[in-house]
Amino acid sequence: MERSFLEISRLSVRFGAKAPPVLNGIDLKVAQGEYIAVIGHSGCGKSTLLNVVAGLLPATLGGVVLEGREVDEPGPDRAVVFQNHSLLPWLTCAENVALAVDRTVGRSMTRAQRRDWTMENLALVRMEAHAQKRPHEISGGMKQRIGIARALAMRPKVLLLDEPFGALDALTRAHLQDQVMAIHARLGTTVMMITHDVDEAVLLSDRIVMMTNGPNATIGEVLDVDLPRPRDRLALASDARFLAAREAVLRFLHERHALPAAA
Amino acid sequence: MNAILPTKPVAEGLAVSVAPPAPAGPSLAARVLPRAATIAATVVPPLVVVAALFGLWEWAASGPGATLPPPSKVWADSAELITNPFYDRGGLDKGLGLHLAASLQRVGVGFALSAVIGVALGMLVGSSRLAMRGLDPIFQVLRTVPPLAWLPLSLAAFREAQPSAIFVIFITAVWPIIINTAVGVRNVPADYRNVARVIRLRPHEWFLRIVVPAAAPYIFTGLRIGVGLSWLAIIAAEMLIGGVGIGFFIWDAWNSSNLSDIVVALAYVGLIGFALDRIMALAGRAVTRGTAAQ
Repeated sequence: MERSFLEISRLSVRFGAKAPPVLNGIDLKVAQGEYIAVIGHSGCGKSTLLNVVAGLLPATLGGVVLEGREVDEPGPDRAVVFQNHSLLPWLTCAENVALAVDRTVGRSMTRAQRRDWTMENLALVRMEAHAQKRPHEISGGMKQRIGIARALAMRPKVLLLDEPFGALDALTRAHLQDQVMAIHARLGTTVMMITHDVDEAVLLSDRIVMMTNGPNATIGEVLDVDLPRPRDRLALASDARFLAAREAVLRFLHERHALPAAA
Repeated sequence: MNAILPTKPVAEGLAVSVAPPAPAGPSLAARVLPRAATIAATVVPPLVVVAALFGLWEWAASGPGATLPPPSKVWADSAELITNPFYDRGGLDKGLGLHLAASLQRVGVGFALSAVIGVALGMLVGSSRLAMRGLDPIFQVLRTVPPLAWLPLSLAAFREAQPSAIFVIFITAVWPIIINTAVGVRNVPADYRNVARVIRLRPHEWFLRIVVPAAAPYIFTGLRIGVGLSWLAIIAAEMLIGGVGIGFFIWDAWNSSNLSDIVVALAYVGLIGFALDRIMALAGRAVTRGTAAQ
């Protein structure tokens, strides 16, 4: 087996010396181009895991290695799409993307190349028509698309999605999921997505990492989603393999690792 | 028949020539009337209240034992002050416009100083925990000192009226600017910090591209409070230091029992203060481009 692209080994994270660790002994190997979903109940530390991979939080024990280099600080090779979009309200959509371009891949580009690259990434999420609008003038789904464009514009090795569609209505969410699938198919970017939506995890990912409940959360099971791509949500709705995968995740979350409060 | 026929085209011609303006007429009225109604709805109520207040004042100040002049006497005594704000007969005998200009100039210099220094100190206190620990307690004590209490010290230090007055303006306006700027800088959302870390903004880029625009609404709130306080303080300071200025004009009028002049001066002071506040609010809205609500 080839050397893994992104490797998380024996990772533990603890906030404060007395508190029990949030994450304990996480081991995960991700291949290049793979789409990984991390799912678990609230408070299981899945966002913490993503933040450590992003370099925004330090690991207490163990660590993360990307392409043979240890992750010890944030960087554009691990672009994050934040849950609440985090666009700068005083910049237009194009300027938000351009800021990321200018400070990362754009450093070696001419002005015209930077502009084209910005517009290309806006086109990727079909937002070129709204390039000159400010975030407060567009819908929540559109903001998240700009967030995705901003992340992709850094040409990341790994795209980290932190519950990117959590705050959106079901129809907008479906639309964005289809867009993300199309982008993943086109660019082949490695993706790690945090989610609490079982259907989303099964539909989008190659493997689903299921987390046990925190504190001391760790990886409970990893499910291979053996569905051919491109995937179509309508065709899959009655596909036996899709339903089996969905059931497996549901059983994990609500049978073996139900939240104590909910049980 | 023949007599009727020729009239028909004429009538049609008339109808045709009259018709084009006809649709424009109602649409113009339809456009103008609602706007006029909106303007009237905002302008009429304050005018009615002002007229009623003048009436009440006239009635209250016209009795035999009245100590203050009624509006009719103010007009009779001080019509020149109201109608000609820019006369200059040398010395202190100048129109109110010139006195106000002198006061505004002091406020302009003092407030500009406090804006520059206040924003800079606020940025420091907001971004450095150490600076905040060291400076914030001192600011919290000093900001409660009434503006005029600074005047004797400032006169002793500068030995001249003009810089002393400017210093009083500065020291009055600087606190709200420092404090609001610091709050704005401290409230830059953690998400923006994460974005900046992922794209590896350098410290000066982080400051100029994220902190300054994110704190701008707070800074303008501080500037707006500051300019209001400056205007409050200059009147009082000028009463004490003398010279040309609206504050001294009011004090001088009091010493010569010229109550009507004081009434006129107060009206001007109020209008200028209102204008200063509006200008700061508009400047803030223009600079933050409506993103303050975010």
